Amino acid sequence: MYDIKALYEAQSVDHAVALRLEHPEAQIIAGGSDVLVQIREGRRAGKELISIYMLDELRGVTIDEDKNIRIGSLTSFSHITRDPIIQKHINVLGEAVDQVGSPQIRNIGTIGGNTCNGVTSADSASTLHAWEAVVELTGRNGVRRIPIKDFYIKAGVVDIRADEGEIQTAILIPESSYTNTYGHYIKYGMRNAMEIASLGCSVNVRLSDDKKTIDRCRIAYGVAGPVPMRAPSAEAVANGSAVSPALLDEFSPAVLNDINPRNSWRASRDFRMHIAVEMAKRCLCESIKKAGGVIE
Amino acid sequence: MSRYKVIHCNINGKDVERSVDVRASLTDMLRNEYHLTSVKKGCEVGECGACNVLIDGEAFNSCIYLAVWAEGKHILTLEGLAGPNGELSDIQQAFIDETAIQCGFCTPGFIMTAEEILQANTLYTDDELRKLLSGHLCRCTGYENIFRAVKKTMYRRLGKEIDF
Repeated sequence: MYDIKALYEAQSVDHAVALRLEHPEAQIIAGGSDVLVQIREGRRAGKELISIYMLDELRGVTIDEDKNIRIGSLTSFSHITRDPIIQKHINVLGEAVDQVGSPQIRNIGTIGGNTCNGVTSADSASTLHAWEAVVELTGRNGVRRIPIKDFYIKAGVVDIRADEGEIQTAILIPESSYTNTYGHYIKYGMRNAMEIASLGCSVNVRLSDDKKTIDRCRIAYGVAGPVPMRAPSAEAVANGSAVSPALLDEFSPAVLNDINPRNSWRASRDFRMHIAVEMAKRCLCESIKKAGGVIE
Repeated sequence: MSRYKVIHCNINGKDVERSVDVRASLTDMLRNEYHLTSVKKGCEVGECGACNVLIDGEAFNSCIYLAVWAEGKHILTLEGLAGPNGELSDIQQAFIDETAIQCGFCTPGFIMTAEEILQANTLYTDDELRKLLSGHLCRCTGYENIFRAVKKTMYRRLGKEIDF
């Protein structure tokens, strides 16, 4: 039995918004693989919960009328990995969330929960930053859309306005972000399953038509700071540069200008700085190959 | 608000309903209301997989799944795998044949994940199979035998020769 003060079950998005306005102290629960564990630990014990888990309208991946990839916030990790739209346009997201926890966790865990937690280690977060995802929030005044970098305020805190009754309803990947773009994600952990990233790195590139020049390169990290972050110095090195081994060597150390990892029991700052460079290099190399480029 | 709610669902092929405490996990409901004790209480935080059941064909750790979310769902536990007269299913028999059981505590959870894997009708590589089984802890550490039981049954169901 969980130590829950009260459970309110939302029947629709509008109902969820109304419940949130009615019970401003209540915690939203989606898949519950974090919230229920935190209740068990005592950290969130005795709280009121608003469950949105049964809202099937928030599940699934589609392409909307503006050609955004629209991922419903309750879409589970395993459904994202298996989804044909994801596999075609942003395969790296499916690969990244396929490294969360275990198969059972990937069946219950949702992309909305992964982002709303506001943790820097979330396996989806670096890829969503690197692809400039847009977060859709629905509240009493309708829909608000914000870039994911603005959604993350600080460790564990995201821009969801409880006083506006907001819940996250979707994550969008704009067409300009995914067209002709290919990426790669590396998670560094001590073991493969049931592990939280010591560092996560996600890179994607769009090459010129002749595949010899990098049109656009984006790189983001998880656990390189209190929130997921891009590495603009490294991106500046790569943007417009010719594809070459020299570029890889110039690009990867530039990330050190941007990242600011901490010492924790999982890994030291120095170690994270060290592997960040190598992960950037390998991710860029793999992204270029996936985009059809040849590094020689 | 009411502490209790009537939950209608289908468990092991049978439509059932029962009044359930809204604070209950699905593990609590399956064990206490339906006496399905194959659903083990292990870590109770979604790490060990001992409480694993199939919900609409997908594997879930029932310890971190609210009982109220079972409304309208089809739930399969280990008890639902055996035939009407208690005949063992192929995957259960394979666990016996491969001695994939020591203390037995992780077995029901492992077998339900195996069932999800087998229902995919896919010939997985060894690496894929290991990843698919990675949500379970066996503290007797009998992983190799478990792996073999699942792999053999996968090959058998697909009518293929096994290559060990």
